[in-house]
Amino acid sequence: MAAITLIEAVNLAMAHEMEKDKEIVVFGEDVGVNGGVFRATDGLQAKFGEERVIDTPLAEAMIAGVAIGMAAQGMKPVAEIQFMGFIFPAADHIISHCARMRNRTRGRITLPLVIRAPYGGGIHAPENHSESTEAIFAHIPGLKVVIPSNPSRAYGLMLAAMRDPDPVIFLEPKRVYRIEKHEIEDNGEEYPLGMCFVDREGTDITLISWGAMMHETKQAAEKLAQEGISAEVIDVATVNPLDIDTILESVQKTGRACIVQEAPKAGAVGSDIAAEIAEKAVMHLLAPIGRVSGYDTMMPYYRLEKQYMPKVEHIVEEAKRIVEYR
Amino acid sequence: MTTVARFEVKYKQYLDEDGKLTTKKAPAIAKDFETLKKLYRDMALIRQMDTKAYALQRTGKMGTYPAATGQEAIGVGFGSAMADDDVLVPYYRGQASMVQHGARMEEVFLYWGGDERGSDFQSERARQDFPIAVPIATQSLHATGVGKAIKLRGEKRAVFTEIGEGGTSQGDFYEALNVAGIWNLPVVFIINNNQWAISVPSEIQTACETYAQKAIAAGIDCIQVDGNDILAVYEASVEAAEKARNGGGPTVIECISLRLCDHTTADDASRYRPDGELDEGWKKEPIARLRSYLEANKQWSQEQEDAMQKEIVAEVQQGVDNYLNTPVDKPEAMFDYLYDELPERTLAQRELAIARGAK
Repeated sequence: MAAITLIEAVNLAMAHEMEKDKEIVVFGEDVGVNGGVFRATDGLQAKFGEERVIDTPLAEAMIAGVAIGMAAQGMKPVAEIQFMGFIFPAADHIISHCARMRNRTRGRITLPLVIRAPYGGGIHAPENHSESTEAIFAHIPGLKVVIPSNPSRAYGLMLAAMRDPDPVIFLEPKRVYRIEKHEIEDNGEEYPLGMCFVDREGTDITLISWGAMMHETKQAAEKLAQEGISAEVIDVATVNPLDIDTILESVQKTGRACIVQEAPKAGAVGSDIAAEIAEKAVMHLLAPIGRVSGYDTMMPYYRLEKQYMPKVEHIVEEAKRIVEYR
Repeated sequence: MTTVARFEVKYKQYLDEDGKLTTKKAPAIAKDFETLKKLYRDMALIRQMDTKAYALQRTGKMGTYPAATGQEAIGVGFGSAMADDDVLVPYYRGQASMVQHGARMEEVFLYWGGDERGSDFQSERARQDFPIAVPIATQSLHATGVGKAIKLRGEKRAVFTEIGEGGTSQGDFYEALNVAGIWNLPVVFIINNNQWAISVPSEIQTACETYAQKAIAAGIDCIQVDGNDILAVYEASVEAAEKARNGGGPTVIECISLRLCDHTTADDASRYRPDGELDEGWKKEPIARLRSYLEANKQWSQEQEDAMQKEIVAEVQQGVDNYLNTPVDKPEAMFDYLYDELPERTLAQRELAIARGAK
């Protein structure tokens, strides 16, 4: 059993499932010989051949459209969009067709496909390479939007995504692709989609996050503990459909909630979580809900990138403000 | 300078507008009168279906509907060339090919009547066919995906996908041709050139001499046919389908016709159509053309015509009755096909919809 990174875990999950399920076909730009620009598909073409790991021409709408056609025939396409910033030509297919096909054919045609994309900031990438736009797809009924925060979760959730009978958008927080390693046994055990993970138990405040920001959030919880504040930490993991029950249960216990996201604040997944807490748990709250997020600005070019990103101290500061609220 | 490549686009027509053969080398179909009579009836059925759909819309019994008056030879022609296990990926004005490949008339009426069940095709032949794609040209890419699956599995099946000439301006169409060429996919792209994209004519749509030639830049075969001549449409489609099934790759068939109706029931073409165009268009339309040919060959009589018209009116009426007799779906149907399993969070909304619906 080797310790592997998040991106290696994605690779391992794909290799595991391709071995088991001959209907899985991986394709996208540079996924073949090159193994993907981040190496997510490294070695897969050598192992499974050019018919199952396919380099496509450079056209994202085509990648999503082809995935729909193949899935409609019962295959299980796992398509890569090289960066989430390039997913928008494919958005017409994802939103207008992927999400809707089961419903509009009353279950006659279903689309068991996965569209993977690296997303988020923090790696000094060029323009259009660093945004956190998960809310766009989280808003669409019929889609599942999954964001792993660490290697184990990437392995288990990716397996579940490939086995899911419905279309899954799998967003990989590329800033943490190689930030930590987990010992992962390649046993094919999946983690369920549509469920939050409680990563740390606590009694004073619930910190809710997902993706790369989970790392800052967990560090913040550690610092808060040093100051005598017991924070519960929840990894949302699937932002659509949202497992709001786990979040509500925690907030009802702690009486305080702080949501941490890299995305801009307005119209975001965090807004939805805050609204649900306000609707269903307001009488349990001892303080107003807090949010630590990116600004409602463009993701800046990388010289200002650090200025944009929420940091551990911002989370600690906001959590303390909430806990000390009278 | 030297010429590094040279291209041409062939044009196919067998029946002129008076229903006379334009060549002595007519294809076998020209003497296959039983098939021609079937095609004639199928075209007449679609025209009656469109007529009836218009009446349903005008009397408030159906929503917006896009008739295909004058273009019946295209959908019926290529639809007849399809084998049962070929896959159809239609465009929104695709009722002719859809019905030809097994969709039921009431399903088309249900769809335009605002009921999702209209895309749950019940016949075995249409079971793998796509529902209509409303965002223009996305279907071209879905067809290439279906073609890729067929090819990876080594099956001998073809995929047919239709698009309007306006739709060929979309990037998706070019992306589909490009990948179909690279992967040598078993896809037949039918361009239904009815010369109007709502109110926009061809000179605002393209600087090309033909729409067929868009295939050339993708390295795939193309042909232009008289879309009002069902012999030409049928023969080109049969050839392209056989080629596709046997590993020969994709084909673009541009069928030139004319939209003899409004864009949809919500449109008024008199706002933009030049005077006289309709009169000229009706002289070239496909159904009368084939009837002239059948009559000239002593294969069709007024008695046969009267009997057939009576039959198809009854057949369409049956489709209308089936549509109108389908009760509105239950409110929970909004939820029941969203996912394989409805998320916990949405369950409460489903209960709410049921409770509200019961009031």
